[in-house]
Amino acid sequence: MTPSQTVGPFFGFSLTANPLGQMAGPGATGEPVRLMVRVFDEEGAPIPDAIVELWQADASGKYEHPEDTQAQAPDPAFCGFGRMGTEETGTCVFHTIRPGRVPGVTEKKQAPHINVIVLARGMLDGLFTRIYFADDPANGEDDALALVPEDRRSTLLARQDPAQPGTWNFEIHLSGNRETVFFDL
Amino acid sequence: MHPRVDKRVIGYRRVDPQGQPRRLYEPYKSTVLRSPRRPLIHLPHTLSEVTGPMYGHNPIGESDNDLTRQHAGEPLGERIIVTGRVLDEDRRPLRNTLVEIWQANAAGRYFHVKDNHPAPLDPNFTGAGRAFTDDEGRYRFVTIKPGAYPWRNHHNAWRPAHIHFSLFGPALVTRLVTQMYFPGDPLFPFDPIFNSIRDERARERLISRFDMDTTQPEWALGFQFDIVLRGRDGTPFEENR
Repeated sequence: MTPSQTVGPFFGFSLTANPLGQMAGPGATGEPVRLMVRVFDEEGAPIPDAIVELWQADASGKYEHPEDTQAQAPDPAFCGFGRMGTEETGTCVFHTIRPGRVPGVTEKKQAPHINVIVLARGMLDGLFTRIYFADDPANGEDDALALVPEDRRSTLLARQDPAQPGTWNFEIHLSGNRETVFFDL
Repeated sequence: MHPRVDKRVIGYRRVDPQGQPRRLYEPYKSTVLRSPRRPLIHLPHTLSEVTGPMYGHNPIGESDNDLTRQHAGEPLGERIIVTGRVLDEDRRPLRNTLVEIWQANAAGRYFHVKDNHPAPLDPNFTGAGRAFTDDEGRYRFVTIKPGAYPWRNHHNAWRPAHIHFSLFGPALVTRLVTQMYFPGDPLFPFDPIFNSIRDERARERLISRFDMDTTQPEWALGFQFDIVLRGRDGTPFEENR
């Protein structure tokens, strides 16, 4: 395998020159989600030079990929991939939809989740995490969440902003006492 | 025939940490506040991990793989051809996969507002390229050799000349961001980013190979750089499982 190296600070004219924040096109099926992702370092300082990449299923739980052999067609108005660079406040915003449940390793489908890759200067390898929706009743039977110690599961939950319905906040803490759960995939 | 959805997916092989950089590597100072301290949680691969954004998202433009033809004039510097194959760990070519690159110009300066290295920008060079691999997994770029540049990691810190590479491969777990170096760079022993990888042979996989067959007479030096992404735990479409 070719080893990983850091994305460094100077990717802005390349990887995020055409930011991909608008994943849900006009007429996309599903509950609209304005997802604000904030990235922080160990001291809680915002990281202004991170890349956040999202990969998710559409509202019916279908990934637009040949290895998703479920019968339904993917939603043509929806793009399952998003990629944004963070701003000075460590924030980036995606306009997406709440994904459907996708098959897991058991008979139970997985709770709705968005797969996340974080890259930044100072990170020699990318990190994987998942975003779940705090109010989702399926979280209680999700096999991946069950593998996470109970006291850390909340780091994987996006929460709806009570003042702005439809806006969801998710914080990624690379380190520190609020360190996000990252997955070894 | 009724289609049967098999819930088991064939996962990807796990990564050998010896062949990868240490996430927390004090000589590279920015890793100290940007590395998790708690163990990562091992997840079995599901449909979420074996699928991924494999097709790219913007159509490739004509000059996207020729970084010397993206402006009115030609950039200054040593013109080079960088080519290679994208393979999985079983040496199978990965076709139609997006390769994105970016780099400093010949003077060691990036086209980026936050790069304040006092070296000139080149109005004829941006330094970003994109290509899809062909049926043999091959990509090809024409560009100029990037310069080394200083960074403030430690006293007299200089990065060896490098080109950044970003690849998706067929799945979420095959995502790779890396850097390609040039053979014989005298800065290798001093660079903590390069030396964050424990295994010397793994480090050497990041060094391109000068290739006379790729070199074009009266035109450009050629470098070969193969990229190997994670392989499958089994063959996805085998009948007899």
